[in-house]
Amino acid sequence: MQAVIDFFSFSDPNIRYVVLGSMLLAASSAIVGVFIVLKKKALIGDAVSHSVLPGICAAFLFAGNKNIPLMIIGAFISGWLAIVIIDFITRNSKIKKDAAISIILTVFFGLGVVMLTHIQHSGYASQSGLESFIFGNAAALIGNDVIVFSIIAIILVITVITFFKEFELTAFDEPYAKTLGLPVSRLELLLTTLTVLAVVTGITAVGVVLMAAMLITPAAAARFWSDNIRKIVIISACFGAFSGLAGAFISYMAPAMPTGPWMVVASSFIAFFSFFFAPKRGSVFLWWNKRQHLKTTDEENILKIFYQLGEPSGYFEGEYSVSKLMEKRTVGQDRFKSALNRLKGQNLIERVGEDWLLTKKGMKESARIVRLHRLWELYLTKYMQMPAHKVHENAEMIEHVLTPELEKELEIQLGFPDRDPHESVIPRI
Amino acid sequence: MISFWIILTGALVAVSAGLLGCFLVLRRMSMVGDAISHAVLPGIVIAFLISGNREPLTILIGASTLGLVTTFIIEYLHKKAKVQGDAAIGVTYTFLFAVGVILLSLFAGQVDIDQDCVLYGEIAYVPIDTLITASGMNLGPRPVYLLGGLLIVIVSFIIFFYKQLSLTAFDPGFATAIGISTVLWHYLLMGLVSITTVVSFQSVGAILIINFLIGPPSIAYLITRSLKRMLIYTVIIGILIAFFGYQIAAYFDVSVAGCMAVTTGIIFAACFVYTSYNSKMKKKDIVMTQIPQSAETV
Amino acid sequence: MMNENSVLKVNSLTVGYTRKPVLWGIDFEIPRGKIVGIVGPNGAGKSTLLKSIMGVIPITNGSVKIFDQSLDEVRKRVSYVPQRESVDWDFPASVFDVVMMGRYGRLGLLNRPRKADKEVVLDCLEKVGMADFARRQISQLSGGQQQRVFIARALAQQADFYLLDEPFAGVDAATEETIIQLLRKMSEENKTLIVVHHDLQSVKKYFDWIIMLNVNLVAHGPTETTFTEENIKKTYGGKLTLLSDVRNILANTPYPTKENK
Repeated sequence: MQAVIDFFSFSDPNIRYVVLGSMLLAASSAIVGVFIVLKKKALIGDAVSHSVLPGICAAFLFAGNKNIPLMIIGAFISGWLAIVIIDFITRNSKIKKDAAISIILTVFFGLGVVMLTHIQHSGYASQSGLESFIFGNAAALIGNDVIVFSIIAIILVITVITFFKEFELTAFDEPYAKTLGLPVSRLELLLTTLTVLAVVTGITAVGVVLMAAMLITPAAAARFWSDNIRKIVIISACFGAFSGLAGAFISYMAPAMPTGPWMVVASSFIAFFSFFFAPKRGSVFLWWNKRQHLKTTDEENILKIFYQLGEPSGYFEGEYSVSKLMEKRTVGQDRFKSALNRLKGQNLIERVGEDWLLTKKGMKESARIVRLHRLWELYLTKYMQMPAHKVHENAEMIEHVLTPELEKELEIQLGFPDRDPHESVIPRI
Repeated sequence: MISFWIILTGALVAVSAGLLGCFLVLRRMSMVGDAISHAVLPGIVIAFLISGNREPLTILIGASTLGLVTTFIIEYLHKKAKVQGDAAIGVTYTFLFAVGVILLSLFAGQVDIDQDCVLYGEIAYVPIDTLITASGMNLGPRPVYLLGGLLIVIVSFIIFFYKQLSLTAFDPGFATAIGISTVLWHYLLMGLVSITTVVSFQSVGAILIINFLIGPPSIAYLITRSLKRMLIYTVIIGILIAFFGYQIAAYFDVSVAGCMAVTTGIIFAACFVYTSYNSKMKKKDIVMTQIPQSAETV
Repeated sequence: MMNENSVLKVNSLTVGYTRKPVLWGIDFEIPRGKIVGIVGPNGAGKSTLLKSIMGVIPITNGSVKIFDQSLDEVRKRVSYVPQRESVDWDFPASVFDVVMMGRYGRLGLLNRPRKADKEVVLDCLEKVGMADFARRQISQLSGGQQQRVFIARALAQQADFYLLDEPFAGVDAATEETIIQLLRKMSEENKTLIVVHHDLQSVKKYFDWIIMLNVNLVAHGPTETTFTEENIKKTYGGKLTLLSDVRNILANTPYPTKENK
């Protein structure tokens, strides 16, 4: 417990560095990630993150020690080279993009591993900690290194803000952006460069293997919370920063643990939560919506039964027993009864002894639904050339979704009709 | 003798993975192969923990199931939750792989897998894990037998179901129309990819499996225009990669798996240059000879 | 009632991607031995109609009967030619290999092609004028040749009912002529053909029956009486705005379909 308090009091400057550094780099890569995801290039991010390993090792071999600026340059070059080669292969042969990505990813990473083992076997004195580039170690973000990574992260954020409009447009509609005279291919190049830079910021804290996740996972999650690109970027940054914090915290609590996987797991949980629970798009939300719609459908169908029972006599205030009402419907008894109770709650029907009858409000509502049903049937026969005996089923579905505006439009197009295709009267309210 | 076993193991993985990989490449599903090969890790670790280390069959079934589950999750996220396809792959497998690495570091003492080996395996140690008969005869490394059995399964699968595999890869719409279920063959293929991944995982690690799944088939795809030959070339290229990869690694005293990946890159580059040069020459030929003939070909 | 001569009966067919209906309440029947054209603007659901008949795309509502039976019972009598662009022509296969795929439906689970199958394949290649190309790799074919290969593959199925998705798209004049001759000959042999078609100029020349489609069915019947100015205007005169409004609402409404009622 004391450790947790120590961590969140941020009294130790080292902790401050680690926390701020982790959050900053995770947030900046999450921001770049939004455009990568929107441009459907998530797997390129994966290729780049694996491909920076040989660059890191080459820089180490060249300098003889862990020289961070040099390693960043090395990582940048090899990440870039990987993208260029993938592009070259797909352009100049029948090899498809997915295969090209896989080949380059494994060959580059393999080369990195070869160099890594070479470094280990030749016994460089300061080679210890080079492995942490694979799975990351946030605790290693100290001293000048954290400043270097933070500067890159800030450059990333500023670049994205500067070119926000342009990125937004190319991500949304590239051909249109072209017609506006935007330098689409140069923007593409810029985004590629930002991708590589974002990967580079993560090499210490997250490690090369899982850095791809820090690019795409927060962005994919943020996509579920908004349709506004600005909001998506902000949300993604927050998700990224939170994952960074989680990683830093783990790194502090258990120094031996690799940090990268923890950051990824943290952001994955956010992502899965978003996929299921985000309003409007999440699966659970959609499921709930469907349930609600089914309930309304049941209710409206019962109101229709009242109307149909009253129609022959023109007297809509009749009282009917549940079994009488049930004769007309196929839904189960439980569902039927709970729908009746909901209607009562809405003051659309009343209970008299064992029987039910429509209230004034209920009468209006039942007439409205029957009216929509019949209007739609008429529309189908008139405009969609459907035979009269086939329109009922379709109208059963559509009557529950027609809005008042569409109702008006239907009336106008049909010339305020009195009767439906089956010669039944279309009720007016 | 040690080098023989290592090359044999590498070659067996290369051939098994490559044969399946041919269909992944043709279906443009390389990335799903990538995803599976990363995602089986937590399955392997959990199976290890539950079965208390060495019990190959439990580990095999447990972890392979997870590979298959991964493809289900990706499919679910994409189709039902409407997550963009590439993002669904990326999110799912990085998550599972991260969980695997965390489990490994939490239970480091109880699981017989080294964290570094997760990515590039420990093929150099394969000869240590030998199968010894009751009479004390050394029959060679255990993984070789497992991989050999798997290879037989894969080869017979492809021979018997060549029709279904090739048709669902070339024209899924037509396949469905004549009553061949694309979904069934998709999952059968992915199931075998999962099993292959799990069996090879300890020997070669996640990255080299992807390399063997996609590398040799892509090279073969470049140099031939017949599916049958593509399968045969994949086998040959896989064996060559295992052989030369090992030789290079032994010479420089570096990672065997890494060298095999690099060898794949070299062979790929060579074939790429060769075919682009060739097709350029051919294009010239076609321009020279085809124009007068084109009238009669239609 | 089912007509003795009816090959295909589509009943209240509704098909939707996600939830938005792409085809809505389609009802028609086609008689045996006809060459039937399907026309309609882009996005009218022409290909979707073929795919849903062939079970490639699931049906949301309604039913399809072929020879008065379900598709599974008569699969061997039905042949489907997908759009040429729907496959990757870089696939490592020869012309012969692709046409042989037409025999796969008749071969059992494990059977390999026999000599008789090979003869059928060569014969079909002969019919489309591609016999000399049997060993040619498919990536080296022109658009017209690719289409001929696809037609040959369909012929190799030896079916009674053929569904062709845009067989005339992007092919040369000679191929178009070859294909239409072939289709006519097949219809003389009492085979039925449904063809998705783009070019309104040639409709009267090619088809004796026509289906005019724009999400809903606008008209269907003998070309003579159905393919009128008025119906063409109705089909191509833009979408019914009210209908598309309702479709958009449906796309956002989890209304119960056949599968989850």
